[in-house]
This record gives sequence, C-alpha cells and structure tokens, in this order.
Amino acid sequence: MVRYILGRLLSAIPTLFLIITISFFLMRVAPGGPFDLERPLEAKVMENLNKMYNLDKSLWEQYIIYMKNVLQGDFGPSFFFRDFSINELFAQSLPISIQLGLSALTLALIVGGIMGVSAAIKQNRGVDYAVMTAATLGVTIPNFVVAPCLTLFLGVYLGWLPVGGWGGGAFVNVILPVVTLALPQIAVIARLTRGSMIEALRSNHVRTARAYGLSGYTIIVVHALRGAILPVVSYMGPAAAALLTGSVVIETIFGIPGIGRYFVQGALNRDYTLVMGTVVVVACFVIIFNLIVDVLYAALDPRVRFD
Amino acid sequence: MSTINENTVLVIDDLKVDFATNAGMVNAVKGVNIHVDAGETVAIVGESGSGKSQSMMAAMGLLAQNGQTQGSVKYKGQELLGLSSRKLNQIRGAKITMIFQEPMTSLDPLYTIERQLCEPMVEHGGYTWKTARKRAVELLDLVGIPEPARKVKAYPYEMSGGQRQRVMIAMALANDPDILIADEPTTALDVTTQAQILELMADLQKRLGMAVVFITHDLGIVERISDRVYVMKSGEVVEEGDTKEIFSKPAHPYTRMLLDAEPTGRKLDTNEDKPVVLEGTKVRVEFETETGFLKPNHVLRAVNDISITVREGQTVGIVGESGSGKSTLGRALLQLLPNADGRVVYCGNDISGWSKRQMRPLRKEMQLIFQDPFGSLSPRMTVGQIITEGLLVHEPHLSAAERDQRAIQALEEVSMDPAMRNRYPHEFSGGQRQRIAIARTMVLKPKLVVLDEPTSALDRTIQKQVIELLRGLQKENGLTYLFISHDLAVVRAMSDTVMVMKKGEVIEAGLTDDIFRNPKEEYTRELIHAAVLRDDEAA
Repeated sequence: MVRYILGRLLSAIPTLFLIITISFFLMRVAPGGPFDLERPLEAKVMENLNKMYNLDKSLWEQYIIYMKNVLQGDFGPSFFFRDFSINELFAQSLPISIQLGLSALTLALIVGGIMGVSAAIKQNRGVDYAVMTAATLGVTIPNFVVAPCLTLFLGVYLGWLPVGGWGGGAFVNVILPVVTLALPQIAVIARLTRGSMIEALRSNHVRTARAYGLSGYTIIVVHALRGAILPVVSYMGPAAAALLTGSVVIETIFGIPGIGRYFVQGALNRDYTLVMGTVVVVACFVIIFNLIVDVLYAALDPRVRFD
Repeated sequence: MSTINENTVLVIDDLKVDFATNAGMVNAVKGVNIHVDAGETVAIVGESGSGKSQSMMAAMGLLAQNGQTQGSVKYKGQELLGLSSRKLNQIRGAKITMIFQEPMTSLDPLYTIERQLCEPMVEHGGYTWKTARKRAVELLDLVGIPEPARKVKAYPYEMSGGQRQRVMIAMALANDPDILIADEPTTALDVTTQAQILELMADLQKRLGMAVVFITHDLGIVERISDRVYVMKSGEVVEEGDTKEIFSKPAHPYTRMLLDAEPTGRKLDTNEDKPVVLEGTKVRVEFETETGFLKPNHVLRAVNDISITVREGQTVGIVGESGSGKSTLGRALLQLLPNADGRVVYCGNDISGWSKRQMRPLRKEMQLIFQDPFGSLSPRMTVGQIITEGLLVHEPHLSAAERDQRAIQALEEVSMDPAMRNRYPHEFSGGQRQRIAIARTMVLKPKLVVLDEPTSALDRTIQKQVIELLRGLQKENGLTYLFISHDLAVVRAMSDTVMVMKKGEVIEAGLTDDIFRNPKEEYTRELIHAAVLRDDEAA
C-alpha cells in the first residue's frame, strides 16, 4: 500500500511538470500583458517594470527561471498585487478556502448521504419523492440565486446571520457560505446514494442478511451502505478538489478572502504568476484527492488491491 | 400421504402471494398448502415462475417491496405472516435458515467469511464475537472446507462457488435451526460439486436432524434426496405425495411432463466419410496474469495441445466443468482469441492466425451461440433488428424489405411468431430469447455453429424444446455443430462424438454411446454419476 501511494505520488511529478509547462506557454499566447493599462505607461517605466519582472528576457529564459523558482517552492511575485508574493497571497487565502470547502463537503456528505439512504429505504413513497424533488431543485437552482435569497431572508429580514465577511472564520459567518456551497453537492450525493443504495438493497447478499434476521442497522449500514457508498466516493474526488480550491461566486457574494477570486482576477489582469500558482494548486488538489479516493476505495472494497 | 401432526414444524395454509406491477396484479402463488414435519426432507418442484421460491420467500418475509401475502404460515403454531420484523427476526436466521441459488453473490463481497458467519450467531445464538469466531472455524470444518482456520479469514471472492455454498450451509447450521430452506442450492454449481453439496446436506441432516425444504427444478435431485414432494405449476400445488409414489405413479399430467422432460433421443447418423469442416491440430491457449513488478508472470494454460476434427453434419460435444477450457477451445477454433497457438483448418483453408479482416468473409459461415439469453441480446434493439444485424455486414446489398423478409423466415424457422420481430428482448422468456439468438445465427445460413452452453440457463422442458429445435435445424440445413456443455444429458441427446475435458486437456473422446456406456476414465465416470442421468429407453 505504501509503495502504491509513493508510486502514485512520484507519477504525479511528470503530470505536474506538463501542466505547468502547458499553462505557462498558453498564458503567454493570450494577447496583452500584466502592465497594459488603458492609459499606456511611460516607456521608461514600462521598461523598468519588465526588467524587474524578467519580462524583458526571452520566453524560454523566463520559463527556465520560473521552473527553477517553482522547484524551490517559490511561485514568484504577483504582478498585480505589487507588494505580495504569490506564496503570501496563498498563505492567507488558501486556508480560508480549504476550511470553507471542507465544511461544505462534510455537510454535503452527511446530509446528502442521509437523504439518499432514507429515500432508498422508502423508495417510491413520500420521503423518496420529497428527497428527489429537493435534489432536483438543489442541482438546478444556481448558487448565485440561492446565495442572495438566503442572505436576504436570514441576514437582512430576520437578522440572524451576518450577510457577509469572513470574521476570521467565526461560526455565524461561515454558515451561509457553507450551506450555499454545499446545496448542489447535497443534491448530487443524495441522488447518487439513493441510486446505488436501491441497487444494494436488492442485492443477494442483503437478502441473505435479511433472511438471517440481522438488525436493520446491520443490514442497511454494514451490508448495504458500504458497497453503495463506492460511487459516491468516486464522485467525491474531483468534487472535493473543486470545493477546496474555492468558489468565485460564493467568495464574491459573501466577501470572503479565499483563493477562488484569484482565478478570475489573475486571468483578467494577465497576472502570470498568480494564474500559474492557482493552476498548480488546483492540479495538486486534484491529484491528491484522486489518490485519496483510490486508497479509500481499496479500504472499502477488499477486491481492489494494489499489490 | 403425510398429514399435519404434532411433529409438524411448518404449516403453510392457503398462502397467496401477489405482486403489484405496472401491468396490474400478478398472482405468483395462488393458495398453496404445504407442511413440513421435523426432520424430513420435503422437495418443492417446479419450473421457473411456478411460485416455488416465492412461497418460501413469503414465509420468511423476504418478498420484494411490491409483494403482498394472504393466508397463513405457522412455525410451531406461531403465525409468521404479518409479524413485525423484530419478532420475525427471532425466528429467521435462528430457527429457520435459508440457502440461496446464487452462491457467487449471496455473501457480502466486502466482509470476511468469519464476520458473516459470526453475525447471525451473535445476533441470535447468544454468542460473543470471540466464541462465535471459534465456532465459525468448527462450522467450516463441519461443512468440509479444508484449512478452516485459514479460510475463515478469506473474502468470498477468494473462494470457488462450491466453497461459497458450503459457507452458506455453515451459516445456515450455525444456530441449530429446525428448518433449513434450500432454494436451488446446487443449480449454479458444476455437476461434481453439485453431487458433493447434496451429499454434504444429506449427511448433515442425518447428523443434526433438522427438516429440509428443498426447492428445485431438477427431478434427479428430488428422487435422490427427498422424502416427500410437492409439484408446483403456475402458483399452485398440482400434486403432492411420497417421492417414490410420485416417481412411479405420477397422477397429474404436468408431473408426467416434468418426468419426461429429460432430453431424449439421439443423433444417430455418424457421417464418417463426410468432408471435414473444421480441423484443429495442437490448439493451445495460454493466459498470462501479471503477478507484479519483476516477478515472473503466472501462465495459465487454458487449452493444452488439443486436436479435434469436425465433419460436415456432425455434432461434436465438448463436456467439462467450468474452468475446464471448453469455451476457450471453442473460441480459439473460431479465431476469436488472439493468443491461440496451433493449426486450424476450415474447409481446406488454414485459417490459423488470420486477421480480423481476413476472417470477416468466413464469419458468416462460422457462428456462435451463447449461454446467456439475457445478456447476449441488446436490450435497445428490436428482435427484428437483432436478427438482421449480421446481414448488414455480410449481405449489405439487401434492401430493408428483403432483410425484414429474412427475419420473418428466421423466426418461422425457430417456431416463433414473426409478428414478434417488432418487440424488444425484455418482453421474452429465457427460452424465447434463446430462440431469437438461434434465429440471429440461422439468418446468415452458417455452416458451422459453436453452441456454448445454449441450454444451461433454461428449464428442463424448455431445454428439451430447444434441443429438438437445434436437431431439426441441423437436419434441414446440414449444419455442423460444436456443442459445448457441462450438462451430460443434453450432450448425450445432441452429439455424435464426445470429448471430455478437464483442466485444458482432453481426457477421453469417442462415440457418444461408447463414452456413456463404458467410460474408461474415472473422471468421466464421476461426471456421469454426478449428472444423475435417468435411464432412457431410446438408448
């Protein structure tokens, strides 16, 4: 198992290398530069700036310099947030996004899982229909609609929760963004769980468990759910990576200083290092979560072996 | 005839089972009376859909969600129908236990044998996990699993079907039940494994003295193990009585039909001088399984230097248990396996190692029919489309109307209503689907057909019809068959010559009657014994 994990981590290195290389050059193909303003800067200033950020060197040299820095864990200075390095920016914002994402993920798993399982047990009855309707709504209503509605009711009219701001991660500040972020995930997880749970409950080994008079908990959780959760686990890999690397919409609406908004700002301002930094962070998350999913899979299903 | 008395442990009285489906109510069981005395073996016989399993499922509260019951099921005077699941759970798994037809899937793939054996003991038998684990080893030993202390830690996927069924039996015995319900426990197993499991059950019953309810469609088994028989048809018990009486003097026509359902008749003309259609010399197939980095790969020789000659109009039967390599041989001869070695000559052409493109014109003449009539027809195509799909490749010049005409002919050939061609496969029974599969083959007018267990998934009476159909088609069209089966009764009825395969080798071959009358090899004798062939006079 350890060997397998090490192997997977090693094989991630060429993947990351390719991702960095491709996005580095793609980024430069896009027209415009980080210092192109509406009113052009003076030639001398421009020259100095370019020199400072190595933009006067050839693309190839820039690439080598960037690669060297990345290898040392230095993602370079931001072109747009002039006083910050990318590392500093991420050090502030990434933990916030991770906290937000993890909370939403946990909430989605618990609520979605419970909803899916109860719907499966009461298939084609009231509970089932209610869950499936809620799930459809959860998927179809976009979060930029949900977020203002929730803020309006719970924040403005009722005044129970703050309408925005991070407040250093205080509980009341977290509730609304986490719920908004989790809602579509809850819906997807509930649907997935319901589907595979219905199948599991009809399977022969669950019939055996019922024929041997085992308790409801043993049948549903021990024998049915463990197998039924596998598709959800597969879904969670990419979903978790997406959640933990921040959401532009949620962060903008609730005024949260997470990493999500850097995607947009970086791209719009041609902030090369910022875009590269976010690409690397997202890639790392995707790789790590896919690995976690595979390891979890093996832990849940003994038929999956890595040696 | 036995009546209800003080020894009776299970009484099923006027049991009705209905299923609410989209097409309305389906009455699966229509008022059945069955009783079981302590310590006796009762067989419930019937074909699939006769309601034999559903009546027992209803008794155990295991019906699907859309199932409803009426009537009464009493275990030692206690009514089971309508009991809360908490109350019912004190009986099922403790006093009444079950073994199912599907040994491969009846155990949870995610837990060890030990864990699954212990669960009912801890739940009902007052065991602690520790004492249950000890008993689990004893139970595995009891059901004849070698190295029980090691095997108990295994997962189901690490065991064969026979071993899994033994584990199920161990589980059923764990709490010393009064009644053991066995629902087709040997149907999915090889014949020799089947014989072992039956012996084990008979032996355990003698030692432990529980009553056994044996649900089966196989009359050979019934005759061998049961004291009394209930014959079920379309949800009703049509006949009941002592096994001997039923077998010697069957009163109901349906019972007589079941007893006659063993495939009979022979294919007599052995065409020794006819031209050779297919000749394989030293055919060998090896599969490599990767064992790991830098370790030598494990080589499994599925087919080991087998030579075979098939003449025009002949049927060569290939017999063997699962894993003997018989299907692999069939596929290798048709050049469907890229890793096959050896020489294969088809109608004078050496086709060994031909590419897909080279083989394509020949494919029309060499067809394959599969075992699984449910999985081998595309659910999204109509029967007509399925049947004529091959024509699109092999006779592309045909117009849609001509193809439709051919589909009609093909369906008539297999005795099906041509109007069925606009329906979808799921609307048909297993036997009808196999007819559709045969029609799909016949529409191409093949010369050689490899039949890979074409009747194994079918009931005996349907089997008989399919065999007669296949024999008829062969006679009319001069077809050559390679008939692969583990079912000796069917092979005997179909083939001119027989090859017995074991572990990739042919251990015995010869004319069908010679093999069945005077088997030379011990393994062949074992197979014939295990198959419980009923004598037929036509021999």
